[in-house]
Amino acid sequence: MARIVVQEAGFDVAAETQALQAGRTDVGGIASFLGVCRADDGLAALVLEHYPGMTERALEGIAAEAARRWPLTGCTIIHRIGRMVPGEPIVLVLTASAHRSAALEACAFLIDWLKTGAPFWKREEFADGRERWVEARTEDEAAAQRW
Amino acid sequence: MKVLYFAWVRQKVGMAEEAVSPPDEVRNVAELITWLAARSPGHAAAFAQPKQIRAAVNQEFAGPDALVAANDEIAFFPPVTGG
Repeated sequence: MARIVVQEAGFDVAAETQALQAGRTDVGGIASFLGVCRADDGLAALVLEHYPGMTERALEGIAAEAARRWPLTGCTIIHRIGRMVPGEPIVLVLTASAHRSAALEACAFLIDWLKTGAPFWKREEFADGRERWVEARTEDEAAAQRW
Repeated sequence: MKVLYFAWVRQKVGMAEEAVSPPDEVRNVAELITWLAARSPGHAAAFAQPKQIRAAVNQEFAGPDALVAANDEIAFFPPVTGG
């Protein structure tokens, strides 16, 4: 049911949203989360690394958990890897359901669990040449735990 | 046994993966970390603070007590920061 994609290229949010409705009339709402590269402290770029193979398995597992908890008609997770500059999209989560509450809750659940349960790592590159690996945040762990 | 390293663990170890044959007394993730840390100064630096290291055994997150075996794929990395 879930469409899971890990790729360097960007994505087309409108086309991905349309695809969740294609050929069906039981979708009453589609919720979305679009994560964007933010320019903190003179950040020039983010470089996303992942664990090929395990990443896809982890995302499949998280999507399956969402499908167990909410009556979804479909869901899409697209996560980019490689180098991204501020303003570029990083991750897209879409959830479709007959009713809004399931779509909205499942979407929040998916991004919260993705942040702590999928093997991605961000390295920050700054305009002055500094580099730094992003550290895990306790707030993200708390957000995942609330589900 | 295939061992993979990611993010700053990879940078400190100085390689993305290696094939290793630890002795039989290395039974779990924690013991493997101790054994790997003695392989080179880079390994020692990467594993200097085991609490900062996360692991996966055969592409599933695994704690320090998880068992490891000869044909396993073991990965070491920092806490994840995607999304």
